Amino acid sequence: MNIYIQGMGCVSPQQTAAEGPFLAEIREYEGNRLKVLDPDYKQWIPDANTMRRMGRVVKMGIGAAKLSLQHAGIEMPDAIITGTAYGCLADTGVFLTRMIQGQESALSPTPFIQSTHNTVSGQIALLLGCHAYNSTFVHKGFSFESALLDSIMMLREKPAQQILIGGVDEITDHSHTILSRFGLYKQEPVRNTTLLQSGTKGTIAGEGAAFFVLGTAKGAVKLTGLDTLYKPASQQEVSSAIQGFLATHRLSTADIDLLITGRNGNAGEDDAYTQLTQTLFPQTATAAFKHLCGEYPTASAFAMWMGAQIIQQQQAPAGVLYSGTAPQQLNRILIYNQYQGTHHALILLEKA
Amino acid sequence: MSEPVWIAGGGVICGIGATLPACVEAFSRMQPGMEEVQYLHTVHRGVFPVAEVKADNATLAAQAGMPAHISRTALLSKIAAQEAWDSTGLGDLLQYRVGFISANTVGGMDKTEDFFADYLQHPNKGHLQQVVHHECGSVTELVADAMGIRHQVATISTACSSGANALMYGARLIRNNIVDIVIAGGTDALTRFTLNGFNTLMILDQQPCRPFDDTRTGLNLGEGAGYVVLVSDVIRKHLPNAPWCRLSGYANTSDAYHQTASSPDGIGNYLAMKGALDMSGLQPKDIAYINLHGTGTQNNDSSEGKAIERLFAPDYPAVSSTKSFTGHTLGASGGIEAVFSALAVQQGIIYPNARFATPMKEWPVAPATVFSSGNKLSHVMSNSFGFAGNCSSLVFSKE
Repeated sequence: MNIYIQGMGCVSPQQTAAEGPFLAEIREYEGNRLKVLDPDYKQWIPDANTMRRMGRVVKMGIGAAKLSLQHAGIEMPDAIITGTAYGCLADTGVFLTRMIQGQESALSPTPFIQSTHNTVSGQIALLLGCHAYNSTFVHKGFSFESALLDSIMMLREKPAQQILIGGVDEITDHSHTILSRFGLYKQEPVRNTTLLQSGTKGTIAGEGAAFFVLGTAKGAVKLTGLDTLYKPASQQEVSSAIQGFLATHRLSTADIDLLITGRNGNAGEDDAYTQLTQTLFPQTATAAFKHLCGEYPTASAFAMWMGAQIIQQQQAPAGVLYSGTAPQQLNRILIYNQYQGTHHALILLEKA
Repeated sequence: MSEPVWIAGGGVICGIGATLPACVEAFSRMQPGMEEVQYLHTVHRGVFPVAEVKADNATLAAQAGMPAHISRTALLSKIAAQEAWDSTGLGDLLQYRVGFISANTVGGMDKTEDFFADYLQHPNKGHLQQVVHHECGSVTELVADAMGIRHQVATISTACSSGANALMYGARLIRNNIVDIVIAGGTDALTRFTLNGFNTLMILDQQPCRPFDDTRTGLNLGEGAGYVVLVSDVIRKHLPNAPWCRLSGYANTSDAYHQTASSPDGIGNYLAMKGALDMSGLQPKDIAYINLHGTGTQNNDSSEGKAIERLFAPDYPAVSSTKSFTGHTLGASGGIEAVFSALAVQQGIIYPNARFATPMKEWPVAPATVFSSGNKLSHVMSNSFGFAGNCSSLVFSKE
């Protein structure tokens, strides 16, 4: 049984939510925090009061979900599954701040109601009137991958379904301040367009939502495989896992037309990608995506959207290429992303 | 894909006991866990009764074999997950392909609250050690790492139905031959964030809660963790003792009615119970006992009653809400009640519903009010319904 991407939608710091050529222009940002380009959410959320109460992360999720449903040409999915590491940070921050400052008195329920991690999936279901399976995975750098694995397993059990699945995370002022204190982001002035050549420590923070409609009826792009590796003991274990993953699909590294890596401009982390591509994929063209969307735990959802677009459109825009020349035929793309050295994920996409 | 998935053991820590046998003892002696707040630092102490785990973090840390400075959510999780594993008699965990699927809603919020008080004074203040495990997934990883679980780790957060969904995902991982064993359930510590959140919704009872009673006026919060050990048919043959029961059916649906309230007719609840029954190939009359979601709020119990009526009338199984003892443990409740329900099948237990006196107008069925064991319960259902419309039902069967 094959699983296909039948629709996809993406809200990101790039022009991905609007009609137009695929990443023809890379939007340039200064500073270590990329913010999504908000589409006009009114087109998907008709009630103004409802929209006013919704956090940004919820709106991003709804936008990407609606775009993917439109793209697939369906209105009602058979399941809604979301991956989000941080959940609804803005409303969590508001409720927490008021609770502490007001010494646990005179609190409004709205931010609490909107703060639960399942708000995105729940609000999509509410908007669609969808009574089907609804779940939310909240596992750091595996949040999107767990949601994807759940979708794949559900389709194997019952092929006649169309599953809406996505990944979403937001940055807030509080989260950016606190994560910056952990030393994750660059201290010096930085531009996203030269991020990957910086050679210094740290990356840039990102956010966004990417959703997909998956099903077993033929679409343009096939989701061939997914694997995750938790806290590998060595670089050798990662290499073996990649070779093992490809072997499961009766492929070798030479069969990959384009390798998309999670390179994020953090010199220490990027060395591991360089080493790996030199040993396993010496002849393969590579692309990157975190200079477009920034680093966040569910950034691999953006990577899958980008990889699927490349296959569907049969072109890899100049702004995404990192090394080598993309071949004329882009039949098979491997995405290898790792998050903070602990969460490693492989996604294999093929032209249908 | 339809390979049977068995329950090989379980563990619980909650307001009525630090182990599963202690919890069963509390049920049999009719000793609910609600008391005045003792361990949580909150201005609401003395106002709202809660079912706290009766131990401070240092004591729990010693029991868990973990550092005392980490989130209480992780300490509770480790204690229950370890009890669950040990109860199977499978020995060294490292020799198997094991997954740890844990649900929670608060993550390390108990520590984040302390951090935030300092941080709001100045952005450079507050110990980072207190927020490093803020994320829900971080709590799961602390426990997975402590137990040596690497094959699959995942965290689910669907509010009050979280723990039940962990069992569904775990069962799928086994049926898809990704792992052979899954420790699945949930954990949540009591926090000021949730206590104040539920208070703003005005659904906390200032008295001990009265689920499915006509005089009910809200829920009591609790805390704890509960996990079952799901095993494949192959592993079942290696078990030193017979499995407790089989996870024969499950379904997850969305009420799609309101962000926090249940629909008046409980459509999501109905669809979840119906879906779980259909998957198990059973008829409503086959269910001998339902462990209710039964929070004790006007709205929740009324919707659940309506949905049960639609599916089961006129012949109702025995029903009860164990939240009348444990309080509502949020992300842990689906896990804790899955353990209670699985044990109910194995030992024929019908749990009592504490403080029930007056049947509800909407659904005049009296829940069980006394503890009994040795009943013949071939099939037991466990309901977990949550915020954002998340509804889940599980069915456990003897064979």
